[in-house]
Amino acid sequence: MAAVADSAGDEVSRAGAQGYAAEWARAVRRLGFVPLSAAETERLLLVHTVRLAQALRAEPFSGQPAEDVGRALVEAHLAEPRMLEWSVRALGEEFLDRAVPAGAYPGNARQRIVALQAGLSAGFARALRDRTFSQQERIARSAWQARDEVEQALRDSEARFRAVFTGAAIGIGIAGIDGQIIDVNQSFADMLGYSIEELHGTDVAGLFHVEDAAGMWELYQEMVEGKQDLVRVEKRYHRKDGSMLWTDLAVSLIRHDDGRPRFTVAMIEDITERYALQQRLRFQALHDPLTGLPNRTLFFETLGRIFETAAPGRRLGICFLDLDGFKAINDSLGHDLGDRLLVMIARRLADCVADQGHLVARMGGDEFVILVDGGEGLDDAVAVAEAALAAVSAPVHVGDQQLAVSASVGIVDGPVGGTSASELMKAADTTLYWAKAEGRGRWAVYDPERSARDIARSSLAAGLPAALDRGEFVLRYQPIVSLLEGRMLAVEALVRWQHPELGLLGPDRFIGLAEETGLIVRLGEWVLRQACRDAEEWRRRFPEARLVVSVNLAARQAEDPAIVATVSDALSTSGLPAELLQLELTESAVMGTAGEPLRSLHQLGALGVRLAIDDFGTGYSNLAYLRRLPIHCLKLAGPFVEGIRGDGPEAAADHRDERIVDALVRLAHALELWVTAEAVETGVQAERLRALRCDTGQGRFFGSPMPADRIAARLARAQGGSE
Amino acid sequence: MPDGLPTEIDLTRPSAARVYDYFLGGAHNFEIDRQLAEQIARMTPNLAATMRAGREFLRRAVRALLDAGVDQFLDIGSGIPTVGNVHEVAQGANPKARVVYVDIDPVAVAHSRELLAGNDLTTVVHADLREPERILDEARGLLDFGRPVGILLAGVVHFVPDADRPGEILATLRAAAAPGSYLVISHSTFEDQPQEMLDAQRLSARTDTEISLRSRAEITGFFGDWTLLEPGLVHMPLWRPDSPSDVDEHPERFGAFGGVARYDQPAAG
Repeated sequence: MAAVADSAGDEVSRAGAQGYAAEWARAVRRLGFVPLSAAETERLLLVHTVRLAQALRAEPFSGQPAEDVGRALVEAHLAEPRMLEWSVRALGEEFLDRAVPAGAYPGNARQRIVALQAGLSAGFARALRDRTFSQQERIARSAWQARDEVEQALRDSEARFRAVFTGAAIGIGIAGIDGQIIDVNQSFADMLGYSIEELHGTDVAGLFHVEDAAGMWELYQEMVEGKQDLVRVEKRYHRKDGSMLWTDLAVSLIRHDDGRPRFTVAMIEDITERYALQQRLRFQALHDPLTGLPNRTLFFETLGRIFETAAPGRRLGICFLDLDGFKAINDSLGHDLGDRLLVMIARRLADCVADQGHLVARMGGDEFVILVDGGEGLDDAVAVAEAALAAVSAPVHVGDQQLAVSASVGIVDGPVGGTSASELMKAADTTLYWAKAEGRGRWAVYDPERSARDIARSSLAAGLPAALDRGEFVLRYQPIVSLLEGRMLAVEALVRWQHPELGLLGPDRFIGLAEETGLIVRLGEWVLRQACRDAEEWRRRFPEARLVVSVNLAARQAEDPAIVATVSDALSTSGLPAELLQLELTESAVMGTAGEPLRSLHQLGALGVRLAIDDFGTGYSNLAYLRRLPIHCLKLAGPFVEGIRGDGPEAAADHRDERIVDALVRLAHALELWVTAEAVETGVQAERLRALRCDTGQGRFFGSPMPADRIAARLARAQGGSE
Repeated sequence: MPDGLPTEIDLTRPSAARVYDYFLGGAHNFEIDRQLAEQIARMTPNLAATMRAGREFLRRAVRALLDAGVDQFLDIGSGIPTVGNVHEVAQGANPKARVVYVDIDPVAVAHSRELLAGNDLTTVVHADLREPERILDEARGLLDFGRPVGILLAGVVHFVPDADRPGEILATLRAAAAPGSYLVISHSTFEDQPQEMLDAQRLSARTDTEISLRSRAEITGFFGDWTLLEPGLVHMPLWRPDSPSDVDEHPERFGAFGGVARYDQPAAG
């Protein structure tokens, strides 16, 4: 800058030009943005001030330098119109006086100033127009370039997604909100067996399948309305060729920027094979592999569903069927033939109810069940059971065997509301057991009262062992009296159960249970030992009475190989002489299961124990054996004695009973056996029996069963009376 | 295309960069930008002056950094570098100075690229201030963060709402810098401002960006533990004016604070 000032020193007022430039700089900085510091601005404008001053005095004169200054201002970003305004005005009003030495300017200076103003304006305007054009062009180009880049990126992105869409293994379909299919990929078309073109423009409603998941189309509708963004279901489609396509379908909603629904995009994965496998596995899980019938799992699922959904009044019947003696068939013919038999039976059962729509299931082994759903009453269930029994009982050809098979059926029938699935099946099981117990080839109908009794019995049976351990059993003794002299010769030990809840129970309530469960052996031994102890007590106190205690021996006890040792031990432990113990056995017990008299009877006889046959005349006695066995006494069964009542309308029957008793007594005496009549209730009976030479009597007439101490008291009275 | 950047160029909406250019006297703008600029100018006559003041503050700050020996600059929110842009100032003083421009506006980026074509010491990154790691990664191609860097955030942090955690963004940028680096921030404030300024802020919502006015304390916090240079965080014209006459009678009327801080080597244990 200094160089400019120096070279122009004689043409320009240096101080004046600097002052002019400083004011110019302040003005432009005030009037617009200047990307320069104040000093830089001032230096720049000083250069232009000097150029203008030189141009003013140049010969020949030219306005061109002013044009250059105007252009330079714009290029230095001093392009504000108001800056031009200031610059032009200052050039006209102040430049001559301040920037040019006084008197140094030519005479036409005023015209030249005007020309410089014009040149500056033209240069400024031309440069501003050029700059504006170039900046506008540049920003427009930049905008388009940016847009191109974004569009290119979008095209790249579109190309990538198009590649994904086209090449995806899953089927993708895009539909408008109106349901029209806009585009599908090849996989989608392939899965459905159509071409892409065939699917274009078709309506998604055409892909409806009657077995679409419940609510699926409602969900789709909600999606189209913008209430759902994603729906995922398993859906089947009809392929073009009519075959079935199972898919895992996910439908997503694509929205406009403002949230309005725009498209739906469906993605389907072909799961037909997986579904088929699932179905196969499910079938396998729910069906019996041997017979192909539904298995117990499916049966219970079905039953459970009925109980969940059926109205309480709906009737439900169960026929629980079990082949008779299947185990024997299996064992004798082999499992292979047994299985083939089961397959045939299963097919017959399925066939016989097929037209009624009842479910037939194999519960396991040779157990089948038929579910009679929605019948009108018991008759329907019975009809089904009879049809089933008939189907089973037709001769079966298995291999070269012809088998006659039968089955038993337990029937339960009733309204759903009154029971539960498990109760129903328990009842069916119980009823099947009853049917079995009644014989082969029968059906039985569930009877709740009988069931209640069974339950009570079984709970009693279950309590027996503990009752024995807790000492809940007690003995009562019933006198056996000489019909000839009225003296008490013996007592029969009778067991009672002092039940903590039910009170004193008679033997009819629990002896049968004890025999079934085998507990009779332990119970009988307890009775035997207690009776021996009591009898020994009476013997010590009343030795003269020589009172015999008579103890019942159950068949199971009598067969027990240890019975002789047990009796022997009971005698020795108590100290009771053997001849004061009598063991009562029924005719069947005497004969044993082997069909011949028990070997142990002789050994018992050898101990010196008396043996009596209880309830004589109700069983089948082999008189030949009777003669050879060490029997001492026959006890006549109650019914014969009951018939002897003396006068009355039944005198003829009496007469017959009396002759039987007479014959029996004669028979016994012929065999040198004592005879005891049981159930003697009246004096008339006692008198008749005495007349028939019956030896002893037992019954309420002679005394009801009583505790041991009352027997002792009676003995004491008798002793006192005799003394 | 990076996440978070526009996927559409909508020339029917004004752009902050182009409005700014118009206020600086440039013609890199469209009718829609000029309409908005005129509307803003009618409501707040100060705004054009504010933008010029911001530009001048940036120029002075860059000069100061150059005087301190800084020769690499990261200019985030550079807009359309029309007049008095950083590389011109920097390379005018040091021809080897390197500048990385960063802007979110794709048009501004495209324009900058064209303007800077052939200048190997400058580059332009299309990125959002809210992804500072990406900015730093891209800048590493040209800048050596092992040496001092001038990080310039002129009139840009106020476009980041509190919800986007500007403090964390600044911390990330500071953490990348070596000792001796500088941080330059100018930021709009509501302190000392008349209502019209606050109304204008609402108008700015018509570009894609909305301005968050912040207090002096909040803005000071953006410098972290770096050392604020004299005269501290002040109304922009007050920051080291070229001459006292450049300072307006009401420097607060520009509605923005400017400040420069240095990262001093922590005292060795």
